Amino acid sequence: MARVEITKAAIKAEAARLKAFFEAEGALPVEMDILLPAEVLLDLYGEDIRARAYMTQDPERGEMMLRPDFTVPVVQEHMSNGAEPARYTYAGEVFRKQEDMPTRANEYFQVGYEVFDGSDPAAADAEVFANFANVLSDSGLRAATGDIGILKAAVAGLKTTERRRAALLRHIWRPRRFRALMTRFSEAGTTLRLQNLERVRANLAQPEAPFIGLRTQTEIDTRIKALEEDAAEPPISAGEIELLDDILSLKETLPHVLSQLRDITVDLPAISDAVSLLSRRTDALAKRGVDVDSLDFEASYGRTSMEYYDGFVFGFYAEGRPDLPPVATGGRYDALTAVLGQGRSIPAVGGVIRPNVLLSLKGGA
Amino acid sequence: MVVKLGVPSKGRLMEKTFEWFSERGVMLSRAGSEREYSGAVEGIEGVELVLLSASEIPRELAAGRIHMGVTGSDLVRDKLASWDSKVIEMAPMGFGHADLIIAVPKAWVDVDTLDDLDAAAAAFRARHGFRLRIATKYHHLIREFLKQNGVADYQLVDSQGATEGTVKNLTAEAIADITSTGETLRANHLKILSGDPVHCSQATLFKSRMAHWTDDTRATLVTLKDMLGLGD
Repeated sequence: MARVEITKAAIKAEAARLKAFFEAEGALPVEMDILLPAEVLLDLYGEDIRARAYMTQDPERGEMMLRPDFTVPVVQEHMSNGAEPARYTYAGEVFRKQEDMPTRANEYFQVGYEVFDGSDPAAADAEVFANFANVLSDSGLRAATGDIGILKAAVAGLKTTERRRAALLRHIWRPRRFRALMTRFSEAGTTLRLQNLERVRANLAQPEAPFIGLRTQTEIDTRIKALEEDAAEPPISAGEIELLDDILSLKETLPHVLSQLRDITVDLPAISDAVSLLSRRTDALAKRGVDVDSLDFEASYGRTSMEYYDGFVFGFYAEGRPDLPPVATGGRYDALTAVLGQGRSIPAVGGVIRPNVLLSLKGGA
Repeated sequence: MVVKLGVPSKGRLMEKTFEWFSERGVMLSRAGSEREYSGAVEGIEGVELVLLSASEIPRELAAGRIHMGVTGSDLVRDKLASWDSKVIEMAPMGFGHADLIIAVPKAWVDVDTLDDLDAAAAAFRARHGFRLRIATKYHHLIREFLKQNGVADYQLVDSQGATEGTVKNLTAEAIADITSTGETLRANHLKILSGDPVHCSQATLFKSRMAHWTDDTRATLVTLKDMLGLGD
């Protein structure tokens, strides 16, 4: 296949076409700054974003970042000036270092559609997905969906300590550590938990080292107490661990997943609200003409793509082109608005399309 | 066309490198005065010695301005994105050993593992309102390592020297640095986290994938590899 060079003008025109589609669906077009204050983004995303974003320094404003995505500025704009319900669309460049995949563009367009409407979350989720499916319908893409909310509800419903639930919830977006924590809190981890405590006791028996740094004695004492309490705590039952495993491994078409989740609900009633939301979303998707019977659903989908996606998640992929990034991705990010709003949370769902990827498929077809 | 060989321009690393090559019949030496950064090669034709700062050798290899170079394996991994697409490790040289490690105050009796560090970081961020700071100059390696191990709620702060002092000076809570004996760490009341080091570094002979190779330089490389006892 000859490599078709796609001009920036063509990408801009495609971005404008996609944005016009979302405007016709009732979204308000918004413009965002390209240079953003780095502090908020760094605090939100940590080192992951520092590795990916271009940083620069302003003598007045301090550390600045070339816009790595639109989500944060759009949420901030909405929180300070917007009225609910609101639908926004935007198109513009984002900038990302591609250390691990140097052949991918480090400057590319994104076209987005974001919905801030808490009246009916299932309907809002379906609206966003259906709009993306419609505008992408002639590109023959494979859609993937998931729902982080199911896993969150399952963890929140575990019959164990608040501290363990919090530790697991904190690592939902880091599957490897999540798995390690599951093991540590299970029967298999009992020895490990005791060993951890013994290790600390052995350290305590050593001659005292001088205290340096900001972390205080109180913080150390609090952690030791937590380790002591945790070692004395019974493990999370084998049954509950198995149910978590069942949920994590769910990967089928949507109707099959729903029926399996209803079975799991019998043993894990805590997920029933999340499952009924999934069920209402499925109905809402069907009502919007989405072929839900053949729609793929994967319970673990989206766990590594963006921290703060905490409900419905989706992506559109070019079949047989693993070299390309997804054409579109999105999801619900109520948790992000809660962090940005410092307690004030706004139900939010949306996604972005990469017009350059879309065009490269059309050129290659 | 000659094969350009980049070698650290001073100190023990230079002397050890000269020794390593001379044991294999390739005599490297500094030409002229102590202060002049040019060198001579005897025992093989067509090889030019380029004396460089060890920390610049990865960049020069990646740019293809030198064909081969000697530097620490830690520097290549940290400074070059997708390092193995740009250079090839020809031979570990058996000196310049140092481990890249993460260390915390010895007074942290509750922290020995990455697991502990992660838990401490979560509580620290909740209490102090900012992410636990790890001082280092090895940003890329440390970030990748912590990501792989699922450690969250930390941030890296840049420290190009005297990194062991940052905790006492309250500019970091933990450090990540190269150590060979651990002496400086102990003197600064720090302890190394248990488990494998982030990276075990040693002086290594690299070949550039980016340099321009001609029939002449390829032939020289074959002779040189033969003398150095490096098969294909």
